[in-house]
Amino acid sequence: MTVLKKQVRIALRNCGVIDPEQIEDAIACDAYFALGKCLTTYSPDEVISEIKTSGLRGRGGGGFPTGLKWEITKNVESDQKYVVCNADEGDPGAFMDRSILEGDPHSVLEAMAICGYCIGANTGLIYIRAEYPLAIQRLKIAIKQAEEYGLLGDDILGSGFDFKIEMRYGAGAFVCGEETALIHSMEGLRGEPTVKPPFPSVSGYLGKPTNVNNVETFANIPVIINKGAKWFSRIGTEKSKGTKVFALAGKINNVGLIEVPMGTTLREVVYEIGGGIVNGKKFKSVQTGGPSGGCLTKDFLDTPIDYDNLVAAGSMMGSGGMIVMDEDDCMVSIAKFYLEFTLEESCGKCNPCRIGNKRLHEILTKITEGNGTVEDIERLKELSDVIKDTSLCGLGQSSPNPVLSTIANFEDEYMAHVKEGKCPAGQCKSLLRYDIVEDLCTGCTLCFRNCPVGAITGERRLPHFIDQSLCIKCGVCFEKCKFDAITLT
Amino acid sequence: MPEIKLSENTIQLIKNICAEFENKENELINVLHRVQGKLGYLPAEVQEVIAKELNIGVARVYGVVTFYSFFTMIPQGEFPISICMGTACYVRGAEQVLAEFKRQLNVDVGESTNDGKFSINCLRCVGACGLAPVVTVGGKVFGRVAPSQVKEIIAEYTQSNSADEAKSA
Ligand SMILES: Cc1cc2nc3c(=O)[nH]c(=O)nc-3n(C[C@H](O)[C@H](O)[C@H](O)COP(=O)(O)O)c2cc1C
Ligand code: SF4
Ligand code: SF4
Ligand code: SF4
Ligand code: FES
Repeated sequence: MTVLKKQVRIALRNCGVIDPEQIEDAIACDAYFALGKCLTTYSPDEVISEIKTSGLRGRGGGGFPTGLKWEITKNVESDQKYVVCNADEGDPGAFMDRSILEGDPHSVLEAMAICGYCIGANTGLIYIRAEYPLAIQRLKIAIKQAEEYGLLGDDILGSGFDFKIEMRYGAGAFVCGEETALIHSMEGLRGEPTVKPPFPSVSGYLGKPTNVNNVETFANIPVIINKGAKWFSRIGTEKSKGTKVFALAGKINNVGLIEVPMGTTLREVVYEIGGGIVNGKKFKSVQTGGPSGGCLTKDFLDTPIDYDNLVAAGSMMGSGGMIVMDEDDCMVSIAKFYLEFTLEESCGKCNPCRIGNKRLHEILTKITEGNGTVEDIERLKELSDVIKDTSLCGLGQSSPNPVLSTIANFEDEYMAHVKEGKCPAGQCKSLLRYDIVEDLCTGCTLCFRNCPVGAITGERRLPHFIDQSLCIKCGVCFEKCKFDAITLT
Repeated sequence: MPEIKLSENTIQLIKNICAEFENKENELINVLHRVQGKLGYLPAEVQEVIAKELNIGVARVYGVVTFYSFFTMIPQGEFPISICMGTACYVRGAEQVLAEFKRQLNVDVGESTNDGKFSINCLRCVGACGLAPVVTVGGKVFGRVAPSQVKEIIAEYTQSNSADEAKSA
């Protein structure tokens, strides 16, 4: 029961409860009630003030105060404005937004309409990844049903307020989650970021003021209107209000989506909700913030999770991916993994990100192959700082975080690679060596029959040998041998 | 790349799709999605037709096609194999699974086997992290894949009549 006890469901309130393809279900759970309340009893300023009081901050990664963003967009004069829902969800290993869109699409549509009412926009656009076909289908159904009920479209609930919502599709580019890139992508261009300012609130889609919010941010809005800002702001910590949805994955027993109040500790998440580490292994690290974030050690297990604490710990909230790692994970390889992602996803527009990350990756590869030096670690730090300071957009500015945080928290592992030529986690293949101990080998031929590349030779009942030049270090022989005759060094 | 001669029907199909989006240039990405959905890929010849219909340069179309990883200029294999390389799958051993697929099929990521049966590519999280590491073949999802299972998975699709297999999958 601890799995549920520690959780508070706001953004996920209706997921798994209602049939997302039946608007009647959603309405029975108060959908569009908040929109009605806003249109009939509150002025846009009153709604914005309520959102500001609630303390809600953007759930897309940056943590910008949502009420303030709405106010800024409202105050820009323009004949046309847009509300954009960022459903690009590019963080690999995270699926919070997808679950909300598939489980409760109306909560997002309703919030977009409320936002439109506040800032003075009549058009909403949902930018969603093409990789999410079910979410796309459910959104389309939801939009159609809401229009039939007069909850979207012209003259909503007889209030004179018009709001329509259209869909735009991503095409597999992580950087398009960045708001300026997202806007260019919606305009049919390459999704390359541009310098801010101007912020989208001032000049966004087709040059018009555009309010961009994340899916989960929107999903919180109706609840805040219905239950009140005071109720909402009682949940969480001083500067981070409400809850956060995390996608808990990796070496943890209970994998899946969780929603916890801000301020919950990592220990509660990992051990109480997550049920601890798979196979009783030792906890090593939690990665938050995806490719922009960092790895936290066991020293942070009792730190309350909120925006500011995570940044202070060298990571960030990000969109909510939370990957648990155990003693078998090599932190140098993890840093390299994230950089591979960055390299693939960098749009290439500016040099520090395009070239600098390539160099970082080369150095990390060198280290994982056993050719690194102590100076290389210094070089990694220096280069990381330059990339952070000089990149144009958030992708480049945060891309060295996985490197810096793993060096800061697991320097001994880096040192073991460069000084002793060893990978303590036993993951860097170039640094591994499988050998057969002659005295222990019974010549059962099991390893010989299972080696995928034929690297093992030997006669039945006689000791076997591994040809190191052929061995691809797959570890199959090591697992198969029943006599513990194979060593891994 | 060898030149492809598009049939009249294909050209008409592309034109119709462009017309559906009122030949507006800012609908380019939507047009590309639809055309790739119909044809499976977007070779240069197809891009030329689209550019003409939307009244923009071919370079602009090419720039967009190559920017987004969802668009491809190479036809996929009959059975496209996708290995999830999201973080959850990575920490559960996706790299070894990918290496085994590459070894067994002797192709690299983004390529197809000579007989056109299989192609390999990598995905970033299909949202089934609980089943990590995840591999999809066509629409079918394989969870908790170990390198030792790779052979079986491939065999499932190479056996006898591949068309029947596809239907039952
Ligand atoms: C490289 C990069 C990727 C991003 N990806 C996403 C994303 O997938 N989803 C998202 O909501 N925000 C993403 N963001 C943040 C957006 O730029 C923007 O801040 C956010 O959508 C604003 O909404 P919020 O205030 O509700 O968080 C990304 C930012 C950067 C720099
Ligand atoms: S930092 Fe990277 S992703 Fe951002 S604009 Fe520069 S090259 Fe593109
Ligand atoms: S499996 Fe072990 S005992 Fe058997 S031949 Fe190989 S090394 Fe020797
Ligand atoms: S590690 Fe793999 S490749 Fe190397 S000898 Fe053992 S079974 Fe063969
Ligand atoms: S990371 Fe592979 S399914 Fe999520």
